[in-house]
Amino acid sequence: MAECHPVGFQWVTEAKQRGARVIHVDPRFTRTSAVADRHIPLRAGSDIVLLGALINYVLTHGLWFKEYVRAYTNAATIISEDYQDPEDLNGLFSGYNPEDGSYDKSSWSYQAAGNKKKVGEPGAESEGDAAEPHEFGAGGPPLSHSNVIRDESLQDPRCVFQLLKRHYERYTPEMVERTCGISADDFAYLAESVTQNSGRERTTAFTYAVGWTQHAQGAQFIRTAAILQLLLGNMGRPGGGIIALRGHATIQGSTDIPTLFNLLPGYLPMPEAGQHDTLDEYLDTIRSKKQKGFWTNADAYTVSLLKAWWGDAAKKDNNFAYDYLPKLTGAHGTYQTVERMLRDELDGYFLIGQNPAVGSANGKMQRMGMSRLKWLVVRDFSLIESATWWKDGPEIESGELRSEDIETEVFFMPAANHTEKAGSFTQTQRLVQWRHQAVTPPDDAQSELHFFHELGKRIRERLADSQDWRDRPLLDLTWDYPTDEHGEPEAEAVLAEINGFHVTGPDKGEPLSTFNDMRSDGSTAGGCWIYTGIYAERVNQAARRKPGQEQDETAAEWAWAWPANRRLLYNRASADPQGRPWSERKKYVWWDAEQQRWTGKDVPDFPVDRAPDARPDPDAGGPEALAGDDPFIMQADGKGWLFAPHGMVDGPMPTHYEPPESPIDNPLYGQQSNPSRIRFPREDNLLAPSALQPGSEIYPHVFTTYRLTEHHTAGGMSRFLPYLAELQPEMFCEVSPEFAEEIGLEAYGWATIISPRSAIEARVFVTERMTSLTIAGRRVHQVGLPYHWGVGSEAVVEGDAANDLLGLSLDPNVHIQGSKAAQCAVRPGRRPRGPDLLRLVEDLRHQAGLTVETGNARLTVPWNASEGQPKGKKS
Amino acid sequence: MKSLTEDTRLSAEAYAERAGTRKAFFTDTSICIGCKACEVACKEWNRNPQDGNLEVLGSSYDNTGELGANTWRHVAFVEQDKDRIEKARESGRKLVNLGIPSVGPPSQGGPGPAGAGQNGTAPPDTAEFRWLMSSDVCKHCTHAGCLDVCPTGALFRTEYGTVKVQEDICNGCGTCVGGCPFGVIERRDEGIIRAKTERAQSQYAQEIPNPGTANKCTFCYDRLVDGQTPACAQTCPTTSIKFGDREDMVEQARQRVAELHKQGMTEARLYGANPNDGVGGTGSVFLLLDEPEVYGLPPDPRVPTKDLPRMYKQAVMAASGMIAAVGLSFVLGARR
Amino acid sequence: MVEKPQFSSYYGRAVVKAPPWGDEIAAYLFLGGLAGGSSLLSLGAQVTGSRTLQRNARLTALGAVGLGTVALVHDLGRPERFLYMLRTFKITSPMSVGSWVLTSFSTGAGVTAAVEVDRLTSQRLPLGPLRPVLYALEGPAEAQTALLAAPLCSYTGPLLSNTAVPTWNAARDELPFVFVSSAALAASGAALVSTPVRDTQPARALSALAAVGDVISMKLMKQRMHPAEAEPLQTGAPGTMLKWAERLAVGGAAGAVLLGRYRAPAVASGALMMGASALTRIGILRAGIASARDPRHTIEPQKARLQARQADGVVHDSITTAG
Repeated sequence: MAECHPVGFQWVTEAKQRGARVIHVDPRFTRTSAVADRHIPLRAGSDIVLLGALINYVLTHGLWFKEYVRAYTNAATIISEDYQDPEDLNGLFSGYNPEDGSYDKSSWSYQAAGNKKKVGEPGAESEGDAAEPHEFGAGGPPLSHSNVIRDESLQDPRCVFQLLKRHYERYTPEMVERTCGISADDFAYLAESVTQNSGRERTTAFTYAVGWTQHAQGAQFIRTAAILQLLLGNMGRPGGGIIALRGHATIQGSTDIPTLFNLLPGYLPMPEAGQHDTLDEYLDTIRSKKQKGFWTNADAYTVSLLKAWWGDAAKKDNNFAYDYLPKLTGAHGTYQTVERMLRDELDGYFLIGQNPAVGSANGKMQRMGMSRLKWLVVRDFSLIESATWWKDGPEIESGELRSEDIETEVFFMPAANHTEKAGSFTQTQRLVQWRHQAVTPPDDAQSELHFFHELGKRIRERLADSQDWRDRPLLDLTWDYPTDEHGEPEAEAVLAEINGFHVTGPDKGEPLSTFNDMRSDGSTAGGCWIYTGIYAERVNQAARRKPGQEQDETAAEWAWAWPANRRLLYNRASADPQGRPWSERKKYVWWDAEQQRWTGKDVPDFPVDRAPDARPDPDAGGPEALAGDDPFIMQADGKGWLFAPHGMVDGPMPTHYEPPESPIDNPLYGQQSNPSRIRFPREDNLLAPSALQPGSEIYPHVFTTYRLTEHHTAGGMSRFLPYLAELQPEMFCEVSPEFAEEIGLEAYGWATIISPRSAIEARVFVTERMTSLTIAGRRVHQVGLPYHWGVGSEAVVEGDAANDLLGLSLDPNVHIQGSKAAQCAVRPGRRPRGPDLLRLVEDLRHQAGLTVETGNARLTVPWNASEGQPKGKKS
Repeated sequence: MKSLTEDTRLSAEAYAERAGTRKAFFTDTSICIGCKACEVACKEWNRNPQDGNLEVLGSSYDNTGELGANTWRHVAFVEQDKDRIEKARESGRKLVNLGIPSVGPPSQGGPGPAGAGQNGTAPPDTAEFRWLMSSDVCKHCTHAGCLDVCPTGALFRTEYGTVKVQEDICNGCGTCVGGCPFGVIERRDEGIIRAKTERAQSQYAQEIPNPGTANKCTFCYDRLVDGQTPACAQTCPTTSIKFGDREDMVEQARQRVAELHKQGMTEARLYGANPNDGVGGTGSVFLLLDEPEVYGLPPDPRVPTKDLPRMYKQAVMAASGMIAAVGLSFVLGARR
Repeated sequence: MVEKPQFSSYYGRAVVKAPPWGDEIAAYLFLGGLAGGSSLLSLGAQVTGSRTLQRNARLTALGAVGLGTVALVHDLGRPERFLYMLRTFKITSPMSVGSWVLTSFSTGAGVTAAVEVDRLTSQRLPLGPLRPVLYALEGPAEAQTALLAAPLCSYTGPLLSNTAVPTWNAARDELPFVFVSSAALAASGAALVSTPVRDTQPARALSALAAVGDVISMKLMKQRMHPAEAEPLQTGAPGTMLKWAERLAVGGAAGAVLLGRYRAPAVASGALMMGASALTRIGILRAGIASARDPRHTIEPQKARLQARQADGVVHDSITTAG
């Protein structure tokens, strides 16, 4: 965190001053480790084993927070008797379909009361079909109702608690040592620290960034931590939780008001052609009126969004212009889109503040893909490598591309930087902070608002006389934002639209105060329901700047957090089932019996007048059905899910799989890698053989990618600045002294690193900060690679790109690529130039006998087709 | 022999009503995260040129190397194994046992009371490895060698007790460069790396300020006069660089080192807090975790001017001797 | 017993910096010494009525100090600001003291040399009514120059020693003696080159005294330093130069004393002695620069003296403290 979020790290420093213990788990010893109490190195990609072992430790030693778990999680819920665990199926869950790698989740569902009908049985939902994971918003598929069966004694072998215990039974400290390379002493230190620091009086927090997400089961890494934190009672409590370190370039904002293909603002899902052709079909997939919680009002959020976008053209009789919404025809993620480029299926592409030639996995695919486009628009401050690859990229040097043969027309549009435009940034803790314009952009540089507003204006002008229905969505957009004398749209006007306002009635034109004001009858408009309230009373709440020293630790008057300025989500859980704080020290939100309201240091994340002992009829559905002890108000049953019947496509509980390229066999199961991962079996995306398969000795070492403090992502904002470029001028790799000696690498000399995709060169830092680990009896070396450098001629400093080494394997839940654990070969010295580079890569591929099939088998356990499950169990 | 070095009380008289309290840095390297924000903030504020050859320097994550004309904050990185940590702990213990006066209760020799109490602070078993990080800066010495030897009077002491070059007076003679016991100040010569792009010719190109003159940290004098904090201290995220009145800074430093000693981290020590040291104490006090030379700092610096009276005496004697010798030569030579 | 300090450094990087002084400064050291020594010779010559020697020495003094000043100004980072040296007089700055010494000396040297030139050209210089003034100033100018001549030769000792450069600082007791001896050597050498043997007896005598002074003070200087501080004077290019400086000094002086009555050997000896002086200046300058570059020369002696003091019970003056 000190390495990549140094400014945020000041809070950790402060906490440490007050006696907090900081433990840093990471394959390499970074600047965070330098000031942590202990650094625990682990093998990249093995985190589920470590976290699962912590879960096992907690359950085995009875260290779980009993009242919390009983009341606030689904520990007691009984699961369908059809459910089968990886312990039974050699690494798979029940319901696997080897044809497409998906799961039929019906066997994971809650057992229903009474008629034994499974909760979540297909009715209006499509989970019986192999629904694409991107179809569902953040709440996942709904439960049709919440009549669950619970065993409060937690003894029933089919209750979640027992399933959890059984699932993680083999995740022992010995397994951790063997798989992660973590010593028993370090594991004991971690386990004791975390458990001793959790409970009524104390809470423990986990923070993470892409070290957890960028794996082929990254989402499950975080799930494991969530389970652990639920067991320890750390969720919804001050000083607890799991903190996703975001903040770079408002990444949180980019999923809130999304630039993701599968989301609409506020985590509503994008509709899919053929599945959600009508508004009702669409709404039925998001929510069931009979489930608890606030997703039941998704219709109000959706209609308000449509009203915001299409204004008067969105009417009740045309389903509020639902037909104007583009619909998905599959996965349109960045990597799938690159594939389309390579198939000549894409004409044009806009790159807005992104540098995929350097920053996206499988760099060659990115650049080759762009060379198939008809036109490319790059908006940035500098001529980043994604704008100049056609004349100075690696493929020009190697001869794979010739500039004169490339037909892509590249338009470079200069962009305004963050001080030259107004807008908002949303980061960790969902905090939205307003940024004011300090200076006008120079010359032709424009903000995104200005650019797209202008582009929209000009396109609409061209289409003004069109009779084609296809153009109506563009022409009917509300596009009348006020602009200043330079033509720059007023950012606050956009914010006001996002916040939402009343369209009709006595409050017409007034901003909405909360998302509860939203209606599904077209009387409200709102661009993003979770942001509603940010412009309440016509005050830009995100621009508030009351200094922290003048407020308590919640600092509710600095900026604005969604939803409704709640700083801590699920904070009902900071009080016990009777509504009293768990301890004086950790009081945060509690029930005021006199006022009959929830009160405290934060906005209660709960119906404010719902008494702790309220037990409404669960069939009521919606927020009304939430009981007084249902803190997890976005979950369909109001409880924290230790076992996730829905929401994750590759398993209700996280289970360890090896990364798609790995040095060892999966020690836990026969199934080697995530059977649901998204694969790209292609000649330009070959995989190294794993474990002890033939050919794996050609790429025997693990490599991992990461960031440095001095640079920012793909270097577009740092390698072009002399003051930053001089701090870390050259691409380098980090290796342990043992590894350096074995290979013959010289300190500060050169090394060539080769993967099945490409080969790069880097300066060599020999350091004890990289550790070589003993994994499953083998000595495994890890090579560390910062990924900030790219090949081009415009930056102050350039170098080979780590992403050229990475292949594409995506997490099936969120389509993020795995960039943290892969295999390589290492040689001393600089790499060959020109076509010789391709020969080197090809040579190793040939030696390893790589084909498109290598590493791409979904299943590595024998399959019994008639029974629809694996044969037998791993002995 | 009476010291010839500048009497720093005079600056208070010189400034009369503008005289302020002496300002200082306290750099607590134990919480430095090596982010180099201080280096960048300093360069941004002062428009210092980029320097260096844009190649890896071969010193861990330090590609800046040292303080100089164009770098006024420099972050050092030192990777150390267990052996080295033990030695540092031991040399620190020796310092304590020497009975060097300090404020506050003396710390125990060995690891302090096990910190596994309420706060759960880890007792400091000697780690296998540590990574030292430290942001170096001009010391703004009480008796400043650079200031003493400056012939033009360009270097002067401000009303904040800091040392600054008047860049419109300095004629670049370079004497101050040798006068600094810490190797800080340097003459800004040509030969700055130009960026590959046309940036140098563009309208946004940056002129190199004050070429040919001596340059060093100004303690952000232009910010101090506006009541602001120096850029490096302002930007440091962990408050490793603290800024304030010197008395406060020394007091905080003493408390912090005592705190670390109580935790058993006897390797912690102060550098520049002692008013009796060879430069009279510095305006930048450091908390180090090893010997100063590990960080590139001199172990026993002494402002050369302290010995100047004696040097002048020798020079006078030598001159007299020369006159006598010449005289004698004419006596001897006249005989022929 | 003080234990031998162990040496560590920050990646072998320099701790202190040497001033950015190059060959121009070496040239100035030599020329300044030559000027000062020549000026003293000219005084002695005037007193003993040795007109040729007096004239040659005065011209040498001006020529040397003129060239030296040009070198000095050229070495500045901002040569156009050379007059700023005279903004103030700071006793703590040998550079300031030296600037004033140099300026005053040069003025005087200029006057006396102008007189000589006028005499040489049989009073054909276009002086007009100023001639009497010039000649009236000759005496005071001579006195001024003579007064400042020796300081001009010896101030460069504190100039170099009043720095943190290890070898120069360690040489602080002996360096002025080395420099004045070297200056005397150069001046006598120049006299032997320029002046007929009839008038060179004093110069020949001075050669001997200067050479002896040079060799002895150099030896003492090196002996009294910490070995790590003396090393740059004994190794590498500076070490070679200083070795040759000694040889040339001894050889030249011997030649001057024994064979100085013959013109050719006198000239040769004179050249050797001037060479010796030049090599001494360059060698000491470069040795200092080398001593700053390698941190060992800074750290080892400092640690040694710190430990010695602490062993003696002096514990209150360390920059590193436990609190």
